[in-house]
Amino acid sequence: MEDFEPKLAAFVCNWCTYAGADLTGTSRMKYPSNVRILRFPCTGRIDFMLVMKAFDSGVDGLIVSGCHPNDCHYTSGNFHAQRRWVVFKEVLDIMGFDTRRIFFTWVSAAEGAKWAKVVTDAVEELKKLGPYSEFKKILLKKLQFPLDNKTADREIKTEPVIS
Amino acid sequence: MSRIGVFICHCGENIASTVDCESVAKSASEIPGVSFSIDYKYMCSDPGQSKIKNAIIEHKLNGVVVAACSPRMHEPTFRKACAEAGLNPYLCEMANIREHCSWVHPKGEETTFKAFEILRMLVEKVKRNTKLLPIKVPVTKTAIVLGGGVAGIQAALDIANAGHKVLMIEKDPSIGGHMAMLSETFPTLDCSQCILTPRMVEVAQHPNITLYNYAELESLDGFIGNFKARIRLKAKSVDPKICTACGVCWSKCPVKKIPDEFNTGLSKRTAIYVPFPQAVPNKPVIDRTQCTYFVKNGKCGVCKKLCPASAIDFETKDEIIEVNAGAVVVATGFEIKHTDFFPEYGYGRYKDVIDGLQFERLASASGPTLGEIKRPSDGKVPETIVFIACAGSRDKAKGIEYCSKICCMYTAKHAMLYKHKFHEGKAYVFYIDIRANGKNYDEFVRRTIEEDDVNYIRGRVSRIYESNGKLIVKGVDTLLNAQPVEIEADMVVLATAIVANADSESVAQKLHIGYDKHHFLSEAHPKLRPVETNTGGIFLAGACQAPKDIPESVSQGSAAASKVTILFSNDELTREPQVAFVNRTFPPQYSSCTGCLLCIPVCPYKAIEKEEIKNRNGEVVKTVAYVNGGLCQGCGTCVAFCRNKSIDIQGFTNEQMFTEVMALNF
Repeated sequence: MEDFEPKLAAFVCNWCTYAGADLTGTSRMKYPSNVRILRFPCTGRIDFMLVMKAFDSGVDGLIVSGCHPNDCHYTSGNFHAQRRWVVFKEVLDIMGFDTRRIFFTWVSAAEGAKWAKVVTDAVEELKKLGPYSEFKKILLKKLQFPLDNKTADREIKTEPVIS
Repeated sequence: MSRIGVFICHCGENIASTVDCESVAKSASEIPGVSFSIDYKYMCSDPGQSKIKNAIIEHKLNGVVVAACSPRMHEPTFRKACAEAGLNPYLCEMANIREHCSWVHPKGEETTFKAFEILRMLVEKVKRNTKLLPIKVPVTKTAIVLGGGVAGIQAALDIANAGHKVLMIEKDPSIGGHMAMLSETFPTLDCSQCILTPRMVEVAQHPNITLYNYAELESLDGFIGNFKARIRLKAKSVDPKICTACGVCWSKCPVKKIPDEFNTGLSKRTAIYVPFPQAVPNKPVIDRTQCTYFVKNGKCGVCKKLCPASAIDFETKDEIIEVNAGAVVVATGFEIKHTDFFPEYGYGRYKDVIDGLQFERLASASGPTLGEIKRPSDGKVPETIVFIACAGSRDKAKGIEYCSKICCMYTAKHAMLYKHKFHEGKAYVFYIDIRANGKNYDEFVRRTIEEDDVNYIRGRVSRIYESNGKLIVKGVDTLLNAQPVEIEADMVVLATAIVANADSESVAQKLHIGYDKHHFLSEAHPKLRPVETNTGGIFLAGACQAPKDIPESVSQGSAAASKVTILFSNDELTREPQVAFVNRTFPPQYSSCTGCLLCIPVCPYKAIEKEEIKNRNGEVVKTVAYVNGGLCQGCGTCVAFCRNKSIDIQGFTNEQMFTEVMALNF
């Protein structure tokens, strides 16, 4: 597992995190090259089908990052993204998806160092988790009905969303 | 068929030192759909751009990917180059291989591979790009100036003198703001009213300025160049057109014991009142919260009976008018911290502990004491005054970390004025640091200390209490080995912190602009865009952005005005066509939009409306969403919300984004 290099995609908003990642470059900070950055106008634009599609394309992990709360260029797009993530995370948990592989965070245009840290930490974390080869199994797993009791009685975990 | 041209920039050594640009160009030529690929030292230079233009013409390219720096840097440059060669600029995309690759990774095969992969993703995306046309929107050449203080007055006059219409909205009965309340101004000691009132009159008489006093902004919709504002004209109960301001009404009004806001509570006013004698417009209004007629259901009406011009009408109601404007200058000003914010200084308990603004009124020739410094408690001239700078400011414990900026100067001015008016008096100033960083400012403070013999003590005051009719000020002198100091004072003046208006947050929300943690309104960039906000067409002036003195407020007013006139110098604005649209089929009732209209509440710009599709008999056959391209700013939140992907955003369509994601490869 030592030589495993995780594949990481990043969905970022144009106004904060993309600019923040630019700043990381301008400040010549270093981070692992495992990440591919995809530019969106706003995190509110990020359809979670795109998130699924990214895992379908073979990534091991995904960073979703936008402006800090109240700093959204479009006033409220990041709140929509956050709210959608709260709901979507539950759905993914039910499906058996490993939600530890999605890193939801805020990086502003002034936080070049934070971006480097976010990527570095995500890569470290994914190295621990290993390649996400189970994803294909989830896709192929048939839904069983009735759902077993464990799934039905599962406690809704309320974890802090903002990291 | 795609004929994509790929251009890889070395950016001198910036990219080429870690990425093997030549091999990227070579590999790129093998991507399906790429018909031309080249690397060059400086793509953004003139010869570099010519290479792109020539290739577009020669190879009949229908898409361009420039792998260079961040699109936030040079996307407009390369799109313009493409447009010059006859290619729709929106068929050009940039792959960021500098900031996101060469600068953050070491030299090596991996970095080169990543650069190639970034490029390949963009090639896949550009294959799905469509031709887009920029959106042209007209500009309404009328500006709204919110607030009639000195910053607002300056902005309004500058815009009006440039030949554009200005609507000034002032919440009080008179314009003038805080500056009208001041006695003299530092560092020249010229009288504040003398320099301000002529400008106030100019505003009222200017043919291009419409003044809405006693009015408030109700809401603002629209976008740069095309705002729609609703203004609430509060009921004045006096018809300003008929009223001659003879003064009978306010001299006969029986309600005489209302604390006068203009004199900071140091005198009383009537329920029908003109805030101060030099008010503009100089017409009275009735304060309906205090007037007996309104409080006690029609029992009084003295002013109406006595008014010789019959200008008083109790039946008038708040009126809401709608206006169109192209730009907004926000100059809503500030407040100072007062009342019970300083329990340790006894403010609110001891009448003779006052704030800086109250001292201004005491020192003002038009103030309640006609310019004589008298104690509010017994009217005696104080023989010892203690001034305390930084009351609240720069104090984490009070929640105000920032410097209020003007207190050092006005405290020096207060001490000087007091000494000028009462030579035998003793003045002490407690300060933390003296921040006198303006033209002739430090000289002014030195004059106060050296010529006017004001005693400056570096240290803070811990407590003030009353004893034998004196206010005992207990402090410390940090320059004298932190020795405790005790002064028996007759009056204490607190240079209280400047804070944002209490309604600053709601104003910001109405205008869709940002504010900081202290509720001061946020500029777009602290250094390079100090008067613009993040919302196009809305500008800031004066102390609503941060504490400012008069010269700074005036210059920011002028700066905001120049930004407005730049905006108004065009008849049309060009907007990026990156907006949402609803897929429509023909005939429209077969559109995939089901009319769930989930997109309407999520749109932050109210750009989505309900549209009814009718048949020839006028019956509604289908309801769909409709995007107003003029209002849409292109965030795409609606796209993610749409259940059946009927709404899409140009430039970041589902097709483009899914293609980009599916092109992920490691």
